[in-house]
Amino acid sequence: MQGDALQRYTPQLVGAAALLAFVSFWEAAATYKLADPMFISSPSRIASVAAEMWEDPDFWRDVKVSSTEFIWGYLAAIAVGIPLGLAIGWYKRVQYALGPFIDVLNAVPRVTFMPIMVLWFGIGIWSKFAVVFLGAVIPIILSTYAGVRTNEARYLRVAKSFGASQMKTFKSIILPGTAPYIFTGLKYASGRALLGVVVGELYAATAGVGHMIAQAGNAFETDRVFFGVLLFTFTGLVVTTILARIEKRFDRWRPEGAVR
Amino acid sequence: MTPKLVAKDVCLEYRQPRTGDRLLALDRISLSVNEGEFVSIVGPSGCGKTTFLSVVDGLLPATSGEIIVDGLRVNKPGPDRAVVFQDASLLPWRTVLRNVCYGLECIGVRAAEARERAMKFVQMVGLDGFENSYPYELSGGMQQRVNLARALVMDPKILLMDEPFAALDAQTREYMQEELLRIWEQANKTVLFITHQIDEAIFLSDRVIVFSARPGRVREHVTVDIERPRSLKLKRDPRFHALEDRIWSLIHDDALVQARS
Repeated sequence: MQGDALQRYTPQLVGAAALLAFVSFWEAAATYKLADPMFISSPSRIASVAAEMWEDPDFWRDVKVSSTEFIWGYLAAIAVGIPLGLAIGWYKRVQYALGPFIDVLNAVPRVTFMPIMVLWFGIGIWSKFAVVFLGAVIPIILSTYAGVRTNEARYLRVAKSFGASQMKTFKSIILPGTAPYIFTGLKYASGRALLGVVVGELYAATAGVGHMIAQAGNAFETDRVFFGVLLFTFTGLVVTTILARIEKRFDRWRPEGAVR
Repeated sequence: MTPKLVAKDVCLEYRQPRTGDRLLALDRISLSVNEGEFVSIVGPSGCGKTTFLSVVDGLLPATSGEIIVDGLRVNKPGPDRAVVFQDASLLPWRTVLRNVCYGLECIGVRAAEARERAMKFVQMVGLDGFENSYPYELSGGMQQRVNLARALVMDPKILLMDEPFAALDAQTREYMQEELLRIWEQANKTVLFITHQIDEAIFLSDRVIVFSARPGRVREHVTVDIERPRSLKLKRDPRFHALEDRIWSLIHDDALVQARS
């Protein structure tokens, strides 16, 4: 019985042990001056900075600014990306018209638009919103489109044979078949959105966690830099976990662990 | 008796996408199926059996000729015909019950009523207890039962079956053939059944129509004058063997001619 439990949690146990080893080594390296803590910081220093910042209203303002940029940029990308991806997949003419634009936008790293966005929208929230949106919307469009295109002909034939209307075909065949692809796009896009926030704030900003990281870096405050990095890491993990949860609810019809 | 289904000189020509050549798939197919009759079409592979079924369903427009159901010409899918597809083609994101409901939803039957009607057919094909399972949880034979229920629930005048048991293993296939006869006798439907298996065609049908190799033509009508109800034991009956031999040689001659040309 005990052996079974041990076997079941092997991945978690090994993972936790490795993480613990890494953190201990890091802490030791800083304590025994294997490397200068000014450059590498240490887990305990990061923890104490975290505690300090928790009390600091400026920090919470940064968090608010960054999350506003992320949430609205990402939501706007979803609201535009999914319908556009569906339209491009469903209507040939829409694809002919918009395909080239999307290919071009996909080929260029969207953060290169940052200077232009700042020129257009200033160094406040709006330029970041724009870059987050641009970064996230393309992967959502592309994977949604791919989902519609790969819908199997045999299901469409079933719909046609039963005399399903266009609307019914869309709702009963295209949408459910495309859902797994949409989620893939959403997960990928969340990373792109986060990247947009960081790069935008590193480039030019007056507030935000990325801005905080940039300032801390310039002042050699590595503890704060690492804390900021951890914060972004954590956000990324939370978003992908939430998406995975939602996806599971749409995914009951697929065999466990199916790869598509 | 007026026939339920009539095909009159149905031709179908394809244009090959790559070469642009015209290709005749069906050549002046004329046949009729009476009310309540079970008719099979057999023929060598590539003879256009499935293509013909798609024309009858209205999924493919005939190049010339016409399909008449109950005296009316048809050219698109309608609730008077329902197809049992070759690969079950169940919608994987729907449960068994919701798959069976699908056709009813398409013609605007309200959800509650559709469920109630569908449940009756889920039971008829012997799947009660599985109505909330997803297709991936079912065996191939069970998936074909759902496929059959999905067509039957529409209460079609004609059931079009496109090699529904081709992908099943030999035992399951024979079992499903017997089951199909049981259900057919209950449902009392006119059936047009496509298969490449001669024994399957004879066992199930009142009449077997033999198609020739491409382009598909009606080669011969063979009446199966064997009483019903039938059991699998029939497959060892001398009358059964005689019919099997006859149809086999019809198809075989043709296959040889095609292989030589």
